[in-house]
Amino acid sequence: MILMENASLEEVREKAVEKMKAENCRILICAGTGCLAGGSEKIYSKLKEMADGIEGVSLEFGPEAAHVGVHQSGCHGFCEMGPLVRIEPWNYLYIKVKEEDCEEIFQKTILKGEPVERLMYTQNDTVYPQQESIPFYAKQTRRVLKNCGHINSEDINEYIAIGGYKALSKALFEMKSDEIIEEVTQANLRGRGGGGFQTGYKWKQVARQKETIRYVVCNGDEGDPGAFMDRSVMEGDPHKMLEGMIIAGYAVGAQEGYIYVRAEYPLAIKRLKIAIAQAEEYGILGDNILGSSYSFHIHINRGAGAFVCGEGSALTASIEGERGMPRTKPPRTVEQGLFAKPTVLNNVETYANVAMIIENGFEWYRKLGTETSPGTKAFALTGSVKNTGLIEVPMGTTLREIVFDIGGGLIDDAPFKAVQIGGPSGGCLVTQNLDVKLDFDSLKKLGAMIGSGGLVVMDEGTCMVEVARFFMNFTQNESCGKCVPCREGTKRMLEILERITSGKGELSDLDMLEELGAAITATALCGLGKSAALPVLSTLKNFREEYVAHVTEKRCQTGTCQAMRKYIINPELCKGCSKCARNCPVNAISGKIKEPYVIDTKTCIKCGACMDNCPFHAIYIAN
Amino acid sequence: MLEQSYYDRADEIIANHGNMQKSLIPVIQDIQSYYRYLPAELLSYVAAKLDINEAKAYSVATFYENFSFEEKGKYVIRVCDGTACHVRKSSLILGKLYKELGLSKEKHTTDDMMFTLETVSCLGACGLAPVLTVNEEVHPAMTPEKVAALLEELRGELK
Repeated sequence: MILMENASLEEVREKAVEKMKAENCRILICAGTGCLAGGSEKIYSKLKEMADGIEGVSLEFGPEAAHVGVHQSGCHGFCEMGPLVRIEPWNYLYIKVKEEDCEEIFQKTILKGEPVERLMYTQNDTVYPQQESIPFYAKQTRRVLKNCGHINSEDINEYIAIGGYKALSKALFEMKSDEIIEEVTQANLRGRGGGGFQTGYKWKQVARQKETIRYVVCNGDEGDPGAFMDRSVMEGDPHKMLEGMIIAGYAVGAQEGYIYVRAEYPLAIKRLKIAIAQAEEYGILGDNILGSSYSFHIHINRGAGAFVCGEGSALTASIEGERGMPRTKPPRTVEQGLFAKPTVLNNVETYANVAMIIENGFEWYRKLGTETSPGTKAFALTGSVKNTGLIEVPMGTTLREIVFDIGGGLIDDAPFKAVQIGGPSGGCLVTQNLDVKLDFDSLKKLGAMIGSGGLVVMDEGTCMVEVARFFMNFTQNESCGKCVPCREGTKRMLEILERITSGKGELSDLDMLEELGAAITATALCGLGKSAALPVLSTLKNFREEYVAHVTEKRCQTGTCQAMRKYIINPELCKGCSKCARNCPVNAISGKIKEPYVIDTKTCIKCGACMDNCPFHAIYIAN
Repeated sequence: MLEQSYYDRADEIIANHGNMQKSLIPVIQDIQSYYRYLPAELLSYVAAKLDINEAKAYSVATFYENFSFEEKGKYVIRVCDGTACHVRKSSLILGKLYKELGLSKEKHTTDDMMFTLETVSCLGACGLAPVLTVNEEVHPAMTPEKVAALLEELRGELK
């Protein structure tokens, strides 16, 4: 059915709302990548089968007949607790659900409205029945991720029922293109992909180009290791992003849009394809959208495994069928982007912000967040923190609130050491930065950046030199090789870091790292190169003493760097069973049966086989 | 020389995407996902069909990590070595797989063409770290013991 006018969208909405309301019990089984991996598909089939059997039968908990809706939702962002099942109207959230639990869920909750306490989230002996009251969620402000997990992401009607595409019809029928751009500019929406560039300003520049063929491109090449907010939006609420793209297209007068998605996200691609097909079927996408004179088509391009394609000019080159290598700018993407035409290029999260700005106005939008960075930001909280997952908070939230209130503190309440923010392009924040309000500008001052929003929490047991080596290894691998500073510079930096972590570093290496880092930052061609040295420079600045210990004392205080480990047998615990000696591949362990054994540290290759095999836990690593 | 069916398949795929330079990547992606590798002869064939210089097509195919001119095993196991997985010891998982399958950094595919082992920077499933995928199926919270069980299961399926 093609909706030929705005009024028919409202009709569809009314019907969709009625259908949703009629379901006096809604079971939403998370079907994000994480929960599917945990077996949520089986849980869905089982509950669906059970629910179909009682359709229309009257229930104990309510006067009306049962209309149980069983749906697969997108990612809730609480993947570690998955598979997750949310049951409305009570908003119960069941965690780590197994197929065997379905019967109990059905008998108690669906039929009687009673909670199944053992499946609920528990923290410090408090049971949290409702999803909204769980500290992990309660302290968040979910706007971009609002619908993720709460609607069936494969059904456009549900998106429409909760007010979806209202902003689009407002934009198409009540606003002029420059008014839309003005609204986004006033809202001060800044690019969520890392750079923080003004979105409205970008759009304005595209709109004023002489060339009339223009493109809208969505960067869904979320390559930063440890970031998955864009995946969740594409999987859980694809229409929100499409709506933003169509509005952008209308505002700048583009005819076609491209979404570039990582190949590692097959589910996101599948959901986007479904969403596009459904939108086309309703005439929300395609020719004469909602009966207006505006036509817009969206294509999906799958990435092919190159991190550098997250960079704008590399991404457009890749869509064109070229090697994904960045080029010198100017001309900028807004002047000559995809197919050398003016192009609006924003990332998934940025587009997902657009509809709410158009619908509620910039004043509403600017109420949240900070003056220079309004709105919210989604972060992927991972590492040594109790609650890992996807979170969304107003810009200006402190790191302390994120790590300790939402994240619940560190695992085993270990002491906090640092947070690596922004992945391989970012830097680390330390204890004294815990109360800094996080936004684009404050982080820049600290030598870090929001990047795509990966937050890796590290405890005292993490070796910062090894962390820097890990990120440099990643960047070096992903360097496209076009410009010399990045191609050669990252290689040399990696060599130095490897030397340091293997106990062969010298003090002068630290100066060389700083020098190289500064040179690469100043001269590299693209964002990947310019930010490649950040993790090293920022760990050097904050944890210089750790680097110094590695080079002068050949000591890794955390015992992470294998080459510097010293395996020692505790003679009081050793029973002299000889198991370690038999497992040692280089015969470095000797002794007499039933007497404590000894490791010859000179011969030892630090493989750890002895420690893994010791039945008495008598072997330890000395720092 | 490849069998004719390969060229027919390529024609079909090209027809799906259109005869344009921008179709190069989608076309070779489809070929790769069908045959689990990109036969070099087919790349030349596609280049000619799309009117792209053969050297250029080769430069594109070698730039992106996903393309492989070598035939891959029936099961492609990809171990995530993103930040979250790395912190949670994905290297042990990889080590176990190398050992069990007799593979190494240089040798990716077993001689019986059953398993190919690769690493990947991030699968975006950080909450489940460490993860690996077998073809497209995600296996969460892996341990060396679970690796052994998984391989046993996959080998069982083959019989």
